[in-house]
Amino acid sequence: MDRVFKALADPTRRRLLDRLHARNGQTLGELCAHLDITRQAVSQHLGRLEDANLVATIRRGRERVHYLNPIPIHEIHERWIQKYERQHLNALHDLKKRLEGEHHG
Amino acid sequence: MDKPQFVYVTYIATSPEKLWKALIDPAMTTKYWQHVNVSDWKPGSRWEHRGADKERELKLVGKVIESSSPRRLVLTWAFPADEAREDKHTRVTFEIEPIGDVVRLTVTHDRLEPDSKMLDGITKGWPKVLSSLKTMLEVGKPLPKLW
Repeated sequence: MDRVFKALADPTRRRLLDRLHARNGQTLGELCAHLDITRQAVSQHLGRLEDANLVATIRRGRERVHYLNPIPIHEIHERWIQKYERQHLNALHDLKKRLEGEHHG
Repeated sequence: MDKPQFVYVTYIATSPEKLWKALIDPAMTTKYWQHVNVSDWKPGSRWEHRGADKERELKLVGKVIESSSPRRLVLTWAFPADEAREDKHTRVTFEIEPIGDVVRLTVTHDRLEPDSKMLDGITKGWPKVLSSLKTMLEVGKPLPKLW
């Protein structure tokens, strides 16, 4: 999970993920378009995203096509977000019970 | 080869045999998917995806295209209303590859129509199902209620 957070800590890498989210299955050349950084830098960023399993790459003929792999983000959601949402909801539930208790008491 | 539209990869600390069983065994899919996949899993056979509750509602149908236990399972994947319309069938490929002590599961879902109900359903569904599968195989208990 460290690798996922490190990979997400960079704005260019987040932008690459957003571009794959908008259109899944792109080659390096397609991902480089409209980005003002070198092809080599984009390739390195994609490597970091692949190491973190945020991007899955499939070979199609001579090309490598990149796909957004949302599984690690889903796991972060399960591990770090849903847990806190639950606490939040429980707190509201307790508050409601207390207020209603006061009202009736 | 068709251009795949979605590729999901997850690494699971298990064996290829256990993972294969987890994809097709109704007792296991009930735990982490809350659905069952019913077939004899022979190439050419029909398979069904049904709710695991007592109604057993038919949710998806398709054919087994390839079944090479414990490495590769290829299915067509359609809503029951589209069963006779093979041009509307999507395709799911499960590839299981041992890497050291873990297994890499790659799920490729292609032949999807843009803006279709199927596309919307699977993009929400696969991450949940695959995270829940991983948790069940590694921790022994699935994620809480998925759907």
